[in-house]
Amino acid sequence: MKNRLPPRRKRGGEGLVTASPFLLPSLIGLLVFSLLPLIISGLISLTDWNGLDRLTDPDFLQDHFVGLANYKSILTTPEFWNTLGNTMEYIVLYIPLMLAASLLVAYLLSRPHRGIGAFRVVYYIPVLTSWVAASLIWKSVLAPQYGAMNGILAWFGIQGPGWLLDEAWAMPAIVLVSVWKDMGFFGLILLSGVVGINKTYYEAADIDGAGGWTKFTRITLPLLTPSIFYVVIVAMINGFQLFPQVMIMTGGGPNGATQVMVERIYQYGFRYYRMGYAAAFSWILFVIIMVFTAIQMKGQERWVHYDS
Amino acid sequence: MTAKKRVNTALFYAVAIALAVLAMVPFLWMIATSFKSRGALMSIPIEWLPKEPTWDAYIKVFSKFPFARTIANSLFISVSYTAITLFSASLAAFAFAKIRFFGGRLLLSVYLAMMMIPTQVTMIPLFVIMNKLGLTDTYASVIMPSIFRPFAVFLLVQQMRTIPNDFLDAARIDGAGIFQVYRKIALPLCIPSLATLSITTFMESWNDYLWPLLMLSDKNKMTLPIALSTLNGQYNTEYNVLMAGSLISMIPIIIIYVIAQKQFKNGMMAGGIKG
Repeated sequence: MKNRLPPRRKRGGEGLVTASPFLLPSLIGLLVFSLLPLIISGLISLTDWNGLDRLTDPDFLQDHFVGLANYKSILTTPEFWNTLGNTMEYIVLYIPLMLAASLLVAYLLSRPHRGIGAFRVVYYIPVLTSWVAASLIWKSVLAPQYGAMNGILAWFGIQGPGWLLDEAWAMPAIVLVSVWKDMGFFGLILLSGVVGINKTYYEAADIDGAGGWTKFTRITLPLLTPSIFYVVIVAMINGFQLFPQVMIMTGGGPNGATQVMVERIYQYGFRYYRMGYAAAFSWILFVIIMVFTAIQMKGQERWVHYDS
Repeated sequence: MTAKKRVNTALFYAVAIALAVLAMVPFLWMIATSFKSRGALMSIPIEWLPKEPTWDAYIKVFSKFPFARTIANSLFISVSYTAITLFSASLAAFAFAKIRFFGGRLLLSVYLAMMMIPTQVTMIPLFVIMNKLGLTDTYASVIMPSIFRPFAVFLLVQQMRTIPNDFLDAARIDGAGIFQVYRKIALPLCIPSLATLSITTFMESWNDYLWPLLMLSDKNKMTLPIALSTLNGQYNTEYNVLMAGSLISMIPIIIIYVIAQKQFKNGMMAGGIKG
């Protein structure tokens, strides 16, 4: 009969005919917005294309093909290593601080006290704020002379640094802003992990007379490691793609101290119109993300406990 | 025991309130700054509360920039983006989860592989494609990529797989066409996931920066983040104007959050489950 679901064990054309109208919109999207750009991006990265000459010219490849020259030139410029160093500085500072802050958020929100709902809203407002607005707000807070941060520090007799204008402090300042913005987001993800922990573990620990801190380090933390792992992976990938904060708050300055990879790709592609160079840069970014993700995936065996 | 409990409760509130203050101080500063006159921005000592509050900054934001229009743009783009994502992803997810077809598994793994690729890799060619199609500086250029969102497909496939096949078969026997099965049975059973997905997608689109920055340069078509970053270029240190703009940009999303709090919460939980 025509209008029955295709038998689930049968492979072949009939299923394809039924499935194709469902797949059509997203398949068009896959081709036009993902696969085709992916291939073009790979090709462009092998050229010195400046964004002007027509890609469809028959002579295009002949005139512009440079092989792996872009990759070679990126990897041999000190700028790239500075950029990678800045990105790593961000990630190394950001992940532990963000984890500590979001664990605190998750812990607080898991407590059975009055007013939890209000705290949840308050911790979540920075998450709702767009990166652009958050960056503007913090640019104002961190203004060296007239900003709130140094004003508050002055109450305690501390002379605050120039923050975004100071080479040494600009990246830590961006980390601070990112932790502030993300702690509610990751905190709620960790909270769902905390809520999911089987209560009997705590009851058993109570019988054994374990204190709050012991319960936290011996039960909550180990059983939360799958959620923590997820958070670390997402945070790391986001870290490599750090962009709006830098664009709005420092533009890569001062003196290149906050230049990061996506910011460089944007500048090369859309400020200097070195499309080939920018495309090659984006592939290097991709490889770096893949390598670090793979390392994390491998490393998880050592510290992530799956409770089954 | 009760004394200890009381200490614990006090400690909890002390820490929770301290963290809340840290989270809120920048916003309080934003509000105070937005009501300052230009001169008051640089007064020493700092005016924590503006001595002579004025609407100057707000007047400037609205007169120098079609901000009402910008809010409408953001709403229109985010709603369309979300609708198309839900439409396209739920159709594809139904095919992957409930129709057996040749190459289905392979295709799904291609979708998943696409989740790994950072947008920056496809950004330059996509810019070229949009240019070729004459779509730069149109709403469509920002909305169209929503038609392929592998993460949304993945989330809905997971959900649709939990629907028992008997439900669908029973409907087919009653004479329902395959599209009716999708619309009348599969979709309603996915409403929790669809609600969650629409909130997270809306937020992403609402706050998106890099792609709209490349596409939209006409003042009348800009979304809020792009308008704000333009404002940042024009009034680099006129913080009262920048703060007024930031505050205005936050209001719509906070209203939506208050209305749809439950979906927001579920959205976060869905993120956690995958871990």
